[in-house]
Amino acid sequence: MTQPAELAPRDPSGPLDVVVTGLPSDAHTWNLVFMQLLLEDLGHHVVNLGPCIAQDEIVESCCKYQPDLLVVSSVNGHGCHDAEHLVRALRARWELAGLPAVVGGKLGVRGAEGQDGHRRLLLTAGFDAVFHDEQGLAPFEAFVTALAADRTPAGPAGTREGAAR
Amino acid sequence: MTSFGRFVAAARSRGALVVQPRMGFSQPARMRAGLLATKHAADAVAGTLTIDSYTRVGDEPAAVRALDADVPLNGYPITSYSPGTSHWVLDGIPGPAFPVQVRHGSASPQRIVAALARLGLTATEGGPVSYCLPYGRTPLVDSVRNWREACEQLAALRADGAEPHLESFGGCMLGQLCPPGLLVAISALEGVFFHQAGLRSISLSYTQQTSPAQDRQAVRALRRLAAELLPDTDWHVVVYTYMGVYPRSPHGARALLERSAELAVRAGADRLIVKTAAEAHRIPTVTENVEALRVAAHAAARTTAAATADALDTADNPVYAEARALVEAVLDLDADLGSALLKAFERGYLDVPFCLHPDNAGRTRSHIDAAGRLTWSDIGALPIGRVTAQRGARLTAAGLYDALTYVQRRYDEAPDPRTAPGPRHTAAADEHAHDLLEV
Ligand code: B12
Repeated sequence: MTQPAELAPRDPSGPLDVVVTGLPSDAHTWNLVFMQLLLEDLGHHVVNLGPCIAQDEIVESCCKYQPDLLVVSSVNGHGCHDAEHLVRALRARWELAGLPAVVGGKLGVRGAEGQDGHRRLLLTAGFDAVFHDEQGLAPFEAFVTALAADRTPAGPAGTREGAAR
Repeated sequence: MTSFGRFVAAARSRGALVVQPRMGFSQPARMRAGLLATKHAADAVAGTLTIDSYTRVGDEPAAVRALDADVPLNGYPITSYSPGTSHWVLDGIPGPAFPVQVRHGSASPQRIVAALARLGLTATEGGPVSYCLPYGRTPLVDSVRNWREACEQLAALRADGAEPHLESFGGCMLGQLCPPGLLVAISALEGVFFHQAGLRSISLSYTQQTSPAQDRQAVRALRRLAAELLPDTDWHVVVYTYMGVYPRSPHGARALLERSAELAVRAGADRLIVKTAAEAHRIPTVTENVEALRVAAHAAARTTAAATADALDTADNPVYAEARALVEAVLDLDADLGSALLKAFERGYLDVPFCLHPDNAGRTRSHIDAAGRLTWSDIGALPIGRVTAQRGARLTAAGLYDALTYVQRRYDEAPDPRTAPGPRHTAAADEHAHDLLEV
């Protein structure tokens, strides 16, 4: 039986366990390798699910690994559409309802033009934060640092969501 | 019947480099407008239908769902629209002076090939290795089988009087940080695979990398290998403008595109697939595609092939030596090239650096050396033992990012010739910009 992410035993001071993933139609991997190295350089542990991965497999992997954070990265332009379906499926699982989940990259095919719409859509669908490509990495690093600092006791997901929104 | 190979040969004989976009839209009217606009963008243009990612991974239901929700895709979903819609998109456009090629990135291409043949098209792109490893997690053994079938489907079009054409994507792979010797070898080997499967009109590709001098050696190496390996075949070499992290600035993007056109002409390639100024940001518009074709054609027209190009073909060429060693080792593994490729990846004789595909050994590493050449830091089990293998340091995000953005930074940081003081955009200014970026 899988345990809800919030109830999994946590080491209050240690590194985060992070799942990094691409999306079903996206074959790009440099972004995934880069996000993994970035998180590892910040001292966290990463499981990288790789590119072109089925939505069910992402959901099952989150149940299996019980990570502290899910990082979705997509650049092929289908990211907004695919990530919306993914996060709805994640939030439909009670044991993943509180899993901190973020998404970033080039999420549509129109660059900065579609950015605000994507952010609203993806936050409403259930992501805790949305990072667009042109924004740089500082906001993401700040989010991860805050999450790592904010782990004891496992607070309600709502505080984090509030902060990111 | 249009013949892609004959079109390229005709352009070559009148001294023109064929330029071609990487263009694809999901809205039929936009796709049609794009084809019409690119057709007249330069003297010798080939047309392109680039297919979207859902179709590439065989997820037609997702493509249809997205179309129904009005979500624009990153390409044309050729198998999701009715043949009637696609006939409308193409109506009156392809012809002997404007062949249209389908570019798709699928390791299971049979449905796409059937769809393009139904539309009367006969040219496409791919390969058992190059449309597998960079494009997801389809096992290589399945891709080899699928691509053999697709080659046979294409070859069968000869019965209708067409000369089907297939281009290898082997000269690109993951787009960046793969040393040229391996790119040239994979492209040449895929050419042999196509030939064994019955095709007789083939192009081999090479992607512009970090060093213009090394790139010229690579294109010449590829031409020499093609001549040695593809008898009784109509073949040519196609250059791709840089396929890695692209300059963000308009002047950087333009300079990199111009250098790729010069590379193609100087080293004796016959066709160039361009990149646009939108590359680093988003899917380019029709106008941006047309502009890129013009810039490339213009740069090609003012460049002359090195008079000694053919002499240089036989001169000491380290890229040729490396590629030749790889090709020979793979050909020796099995008379059937599909089986030889599978064995080669199992043993790590072919091993693409930074490729996460489960069938890639993942024991090689590359870096950009002080002279700007892309070389090995670890050759893994590649049969090129005389190359010294430096063991690399631990890879960090910053280290990887530096290597990935090497070209982007050099081009973005070079002065924009059009804003530099002095006479506007003279030939001398061009030469100067060129020197800065030449190594
Ligand atoms: C290399 C490359 C490829 C290689 C990929 C090889 C591989 N397996 O990885 C090849 C040639 C195979 C390829 C194929 C395709 N590509 Co491509 N590719 C690129 C290219 C040139 C560089 C990408 C790269 O290496 N980036 C390096 C990494 C480190 O940076 P990054 O991906 O940009 O990620 C950064 C940020 O986005 C951000 N980020 C990313 N994810 C996340 C997540 C979080 C949480 C955060 C905080 C930040 C973040 O941080 C990273 C570091 O700054 C880009 C254009 C460019 N950028 O110059 C196009 C590009 C991404 N490709 C594109 C497309 C469309 C495709 C194709 C669908 C073909 C097509 N239709 O044109 C296919 C993919 C097929 C598929 N099934 O998905 C488009 C996407 C368009 C869009 N979003 O509007 C781009 C932008 C090119 C373009 N302008 O058309 N591609």
